[in-house]
Amino acid sequence: MSNDDVSASRRSFLTFALAAVPAAGLLGAGTMVPAARALAAGGKPYEPHYFTPDEWAFVKAATDRLIPPSEDGPGALEAGVPEFIDRQMDDAYGHGGYWYMHGPFVPDAPATLGYQLRFTPRELYRSGIAALDRWCRSHGGKPFHERDADARDAILARMEDGSLALDGVPAKAFFTQLLDNAKEGYFADPMYGGNRGMGSWKMIGFPGARADFEDWLDRPGAVYPLGPVSIKEA
Amino acid sequence: MGTIRMKPVDAVIVGFGWTGAIMGAELTEAGLDVVALERGGYRDTSPDFSYPQIADELAYAVRGKLFQPLARETLTVRHAMGDTAVPYRQYGSFLLGNNVGGAGVHWNGQHYRPSPEDLAFRSRIEQRYGKHFMPEDMTIQDYGVDYDELEPFLDHFERVCGTSGQAGNINGRIVEGGNPYEGFRTRDYPTPPNPNTYGAELFTKAARDLGLHPFPQPSANASQPYTNPYGARMGPCNLCGYCERFGCFMYSKASPQVSIMPVLMRRPNFTLRTESHVVRVELDSTGKRATGVTYIDAQGREVFQPAELVIVSAFQFHNVRLMLLSGIGTPYDPRTGKGVIGKNYAYQMMSHITLFYDKDQAINPFIGAGAAGSAIVDEYNSDHFDHGPHGFVGGAYIIGGQTGGRPIQQLSVPPGTPAWGAQWKRAARESYLHTAHVSTHGSVMSYRNRYLDLDPNYKDAYGLPLLRMTFDWHDNEYRMTRFLTDRALDIVRQMKPRQHSVLVRQPGDHYDVRQYQTTHTTGGVIMGTDPASSALNRYQQSWDVHNVFVTGASAFPQNLGYNPTGLIGGLTYWAAKAIRDVYLKAPGPMVQA
Repeated sequence: MSNDDVSASRRSFLTFALAAVPAAGLLGAGTMVPAARALAAGGKPYEPHYFTPDEWAFVKAATDRLIPPSEDGPGALEAGVPEFIDRQMDDAYGHGGYWYMHGPFVPDAPATLGYQLRFTPRELYRSGIAALDRWCRSHGGKPFHERDADARDAILARMEDGSLALDGVPAKAFFTQLLDNAKEGYFADPMYGGNRGMGSWKMIGFPGARADFEDWLDRPGAVYPLGPVSIKEA
Repeated sequence: MGTIRMKPVDAVIVGFGWTGAIMGAELTEAGLDVVALERGGYRDTSPDFSYPQIADELAYAVRGKLFQPLARETLTVRHAMGDTAVPYRQYGSFLLGNNVGGAGVHWNGQHYRPSPEDLAFRSRIEQRYGKHFMPEDMTIQDYGVDYDELEPFLDHFERVCGTSGQAGNINGRIVEGGNPYEGFRTRDYPTPPNPNTYGAELFTKAARDLGLHPFPQPSANASQPYTNPYGARMGPCNLCGYCERFGCFMYSKASPQVSIMPVLMRRPNFTLRTESHVVRVELDSTGKRATGVTYIDAQGREVFQPAELVIVSAFQFHNVRLMLLSGIGTPYDPRTGKGVIGKNYAYQMMSHITLFYDKDQAINPFIGAGAAGSAIVDEYNSDHFDHGPHGFVGGAYIIGGQTGGRPIQQLSVPPGTPAWGAQWKRAARESYLHTAHVSTHGSVMSYRNRYLDLDPNYKDAYGLPLLRMTFDWHDNEYRMTRFLTDRALDIVRQMKPRQHSVLVRQPGDHYDVRQYQTTHTTGGVIMGTDPASSALNRYQQSWDVHNVFVTGASAFPQNLGYNPTGLIGGLTYWAAKAIRDVYLKAPGPMVQA
């Protein structure tokens, strides 16, 4: 057996060998990722359960800039990141169910002691979006989602570095929440509503839920040949 | 509502992780009727850790499906006495376990022994460098048990775990390819090392070029089919990349479920009660003898479980808190240095170097395990080198390898890359497959003003005070991490990446609960040689209440440059043997104060 052969006895190879395509991002590969459908299952646009129409417009307009569409791979909208975030708001996570949320709250504690706000994730979005909207009204008037890409980038950058003063919500904490959730939605298993078509995994070359590299243990440095599978497909 | 009173048993075990399971196995083997109480739910390999559901980074690694729910109980943290502590509201720095198996389910499986000198660290440092080499406020101590005594028990725990590795010192004979700095072992590891991942391969080669002695990381991921001394069977690790923060679907990573429960759960003299949250060890009117424990059951009822013997075997923080809530031993007072419960809290200090290679180097970061497939350099750990010129004590191992390439948490981009936008995305795509990691895993000494007590402001779901941590870094540790990181950078340069980034704690940086370092928190119920300076004697028996034993890393007088589980398991088997051979025949203090 030559060094390039792989054992056909492994379940993963039997199941996926025919469907496998080399992941974009592998050595020197410049393959474009096939565009994933920007629609939810059933072909209808996703309707948010938690976010109001104005909030939904913000979530889409913001995540679109955090992970923009480009030749490298899908953007946040194509990947379904807003849907992921909306669904998380209805999860125990969105309600702060995984966090210790008893007072007293000391929001001005040193940052090194971690998150000390009284907001659950869904409250942070609600209050944060409203505060940013008030800021937009008093700074040029146009809502965030009606501003062009450069203007949205500039606002997000000021939230990130803490220089944007929002009324009642620390902009930096809100930005951190948004960016963390955007990346979660981009890279998590597609069953949570984001990462449609495993587009982000194909872009970077992550094989997803394969979780079996017995065949590759003695081949350090050799390019892994198989594309990703999701939990439902595995 | 009155307290429900259960039928008396010989022994009650509080917390059912690694040490609870070990004690359960040992004490039932000795013929005792044993009840174990676990605050969380029942979990087993199937169905709870089954493939493919377990391959879910969001649920397990990010949201923490196997972690203790902080919503119900956490601890508070402050940097210095006089500050107001605030709650650890979200997971970051350390990851507490929950449910049957405890942190023994989501651990990495990095399975070390201590260096012999680690167990008598104060004596060793004073002897080699003089009494004044240490700062005055450093309160490190000896364990009261030495390596030679402990070796058979460290060995036995490796057999139980099916640990894979390459011996470096068999009965004093140095073995090529292993760790030449390790204490003697009487025989080889139960299974041979897992193969190196590519990142570990690059690290190993570079370290050898520099004249160092890299070796495969000892790993509680079996490398071959293996049957342990209990008859429990394990399968070989497939480096699935869903290891630390996850349960193992392959029966490869040792855990209470894989290694002990298949036998223990069938014993008629063993009962495991889940959803049973112990709030107090009860004492008789003399305060010198425990009568059992009180717990809250799943319905919220208060239940008293009478027992002749109480094993406190929850996670380190919980052991300390339960001792404080139960009034066993004198609480530590940092002003006077007197008292023992809560004394000598310590942690570990890590540094990380990320290496970025060109596109012709396929690192395949997703192939990895919590411990298997990584390589170690141990030249600068413990007292393996002359600390005289360096002005610090302790050290770290240097590790090269990869535990997985889970993209939410484990994707790195080169320094200077924005955190979002088109540039971030391009960098993520170009870096992901070509990134390797080198880290240092360092010791932290104990100090007079670093300790644990009960918080005056915050409560758990039952209205009981949370534990409060007072902790920050000291100069000794800043010097240690700088020296170790420089040694790691020597190796990194020899690995010839295109670019690298370094995360190292600088003098003046405060302990940051947002950054994961390790879950290796230690101390608070320390073992030692006399009751004035320790809570437990050398058999992990309370000096104050002889029928209470406290297992786990709460017994460490200071922290090691190694992962603690190997020593925790060894100490638990050591204590269990003393209980079986000595204590049960004549219950009472096994060491006279």
